Amino acid sequence: MALKILVTVKRVEDPESKIRVKPDGSGIVTDGVNYKMNPFDEIAVEEGLRLKEAHGGEVVVVSIGGEKSATEIRAALAMGADRGVLVRHDGPLDPVVVSAILAKVTELEKPDLILLGKQSIDDDQNQAGQYLAARLGLPQGTFASKTESLESEAEQKKVPGLKLAADGKRLEVLREIDGGLETLDLSLPAVVTVDLRLNKPRFASLPGIMKAKKKELKELQAASLGADLTPKVVVRALASPPARKGGLKVADVEELWKKLHEEAKVL
Amino acid sequence: MSNVLIIAEAFKGQVRRASLHALGAGQQLARRTGGTLHVVLLGKGIGEAAKSLAGYGATVHAADHDALAAPLAEAHAPVVAALARAIGATYVGAAATTYGKDLTPRAAALLDAAMATEVTAFAGEGATVLFRRPMWAGNVLADVELVTAVKAFTIRPTEYAQATAGAAGEVKAAAVEVPALKTRYVSFKEVKSERPELTEARVVVSGGRGTKGDFKPLEALADALGGALGASRAAVDAGWVPNDWQVGQTGKVVAPDLYVAAGISGAIQHVAGMKGSKVIVAINKDPEAPIFQIADYGLVGDLFKVLPELVAKVKAGSGH
Ligand SMILES: Cc1cc2nc3c(=O)[nH]c(=O)nc-3n(C[C@H](O)[C@H](O)[C@H](O)COP(=O)(O)OP(=O)(O)OC[C@H]3O[C@@H](n4cnc5c(N)ncnc54)[C@H](O)[C@@H]3O)c2cc1C
Ligand SMILES: Nc1ncnc2c1ncn2[C@@H]1O[C@H](COP(=O)(O)O)[C@@H](O)[C@H]1O
Repeated sequence: MALKILVTVKRVEDPESKIRVKPDGSGIVTDGVNYKMNPFDEIAVEEGLRLKEAHGGEVVVVSIGGEKSATEIRAALAMGADRGVLVRHDGPLDPVVVSAILAKVTELEKPDLILLGKQSIDDDQNQAGQYLAARLGLPQGTFASKTESLESEAEQKKVPGLKLAADGKRLEVLREIDGGLETLDLSLPAVVTVDLRLNKPRFASLPGIMKAKKKELKELQAASLGADLTPKVVVRALASPPARKGGLKVADVEELWKKLHEEAKVL
Repeated sequence: MSNVLIIAEAFKGQVRRASLHALGAGQQLARRTGGTLHVVLLGKGIGEAAKSLAGYGATVHAADHDALAAPLAEAHAPVVAALARAIGATYVGAAATTYGKDLTPRAAALLDAAMATEVTAFAGEGATVLFRRPMWAGNVLADVELVTAVKAFTIRPTEYAQATAGAAGEVKAAAVEVPALKTRYVSFKEVKSERPELTEARVVVSGGRGTKGDFKPLEALADALGGALGASRAAVDAGWVPNDWQVGQTGKVVAPDLYVAAGISGAIQHVAGMKGSKVIVAINKDPEAPIFQIADYGLVGDLFKVLPELVAKVKAGSGH
């Protein structure tokens, strides 16, 4: 019943870093910006590890990008993933290209389950998983979540939020969608994208970090996979959004009410 | 010819308001590109809802079929793709609801189309439509070009006006061919609320970690104002409130007339989802909280004291 799980990890700007647009609009200022694994992907890695711990199997992490993306693969290996695949590609990436490459990696690795983040926090597209599922003709469970609090006991026991059927052939996914809770039952292999409220990712332990250094990290060249690498989403210009003027403080509820009632006229 | 296909969405037999905003975006695109506007609605027993879409100057395609009863992307995407091909659609779009975000990229992939998510405006000039969209949690606005023959997108409903009434369009039955599904729809548990839908409410009262899980003072204010409740990620993760109350980069985007943030620090990821609000009120006991920088009216204080006082004011109906 062991599961082979492919988890995608993307190197992105740290969400704590301040992102500013270059004056000429050609990109963002990267000086002083830190990089890390896309937070959604940390949750995907965690879920993969929990499924493996509960059912046995292997967790393979894949990242597409430059040389430095190896850092994010090592971070996932330090959390406990078994091995990594770095698909080297230095050109621009969009979900169409990413999913084309991931489809090729899937053909090579033949996983039972592919776990992705719901969205990259740099381009905020929320597409790659859906494109990949369509390309491979696989069922999709997007924005996987769970209802238990991330501070609950089940969470502390690291119970997987995704439920594998007894025969190991199907996976139950809970999705929090507009208007309620949806449960889907996907036949494996399947594509699942994870939302923030699925789990709390573990930190890598020191022994984990040591071990990660010895784990296999294979490098592939995107150009050799036979996927179409021509960018399909071309950024023409970047700008800063208009700033919101705020900062006024009121002394008490009396004044707040007056402002809302007489000045803003919203109450 | 650049025909436009908008994917509408019905919930319990009624077209969602977000879809009318998407249709509004579709009208803009059709006007700009000189194409014809089409709209498709998929589901089971959606005939009446489809008819209600006929007054916006679009041809309505009703895909009414047992196999489409559940809103499964695996079932809906091939029907959307086949229709897009049949009508020669260049643009395929939907509202950025959970349904739209799940389905549109899957349909786009079947059409070899690239896609832009949460579009806030159509920019550029002439035939080349640039899709303006936020990136990096709204820190950046990008104008992107989709260089595929067919172009897909979801729009942010708060950024587009609803469709305006137009010539009565025809309602046609769409061809439905659904392959054998690998997804089984197990259940849907509706989360019922007496309050207005978060993204449509005129007033939103949101709480964060500062509530310590007690949303009662917020509920009282929301109810006094006929508003909806929202939350920060911290409150959602703690399990205090449902996930679909989350406002922000990865939650809902709201733009009410009045947004009240109580016990929320104002992280950029939260602000990304509410900075389009007309008036923002922040209540926080930390005078240095970043939320005050974007709030029109900030009140430094304990929300458990401030909110009940505000409720009393509202109920009294006047500040005098
Ligand atoms: C990838 C990613 C995506 C994210 N997406 C989102 C998102 O969509 N939405 C979102 O909200 N966050 C999101 N976050 C999280 C975000 O970065 C913040 O961590 C979160 O918004 C903090 O929530 P908070 O303001 O409630 O909590 P805190 O930052 O802990 O702030 C609590 C505030 O309450 C105040 N307070 C405490 N007690 C009282 C009291 N009695 N009265 C008044 N004030 C009080 C404190 O002074 C403090 O300012 C995301 C983070 C990441 C990494
Ligand atoms: N360059 C990449 N390498 C690995 N995974 C990626 C890459 N780009 C996107 N992904 C995965 O796809 C998910 C959704 O990304 P997106 O559609 O860009 O928002 C991310 O959370 C990642 O898991």
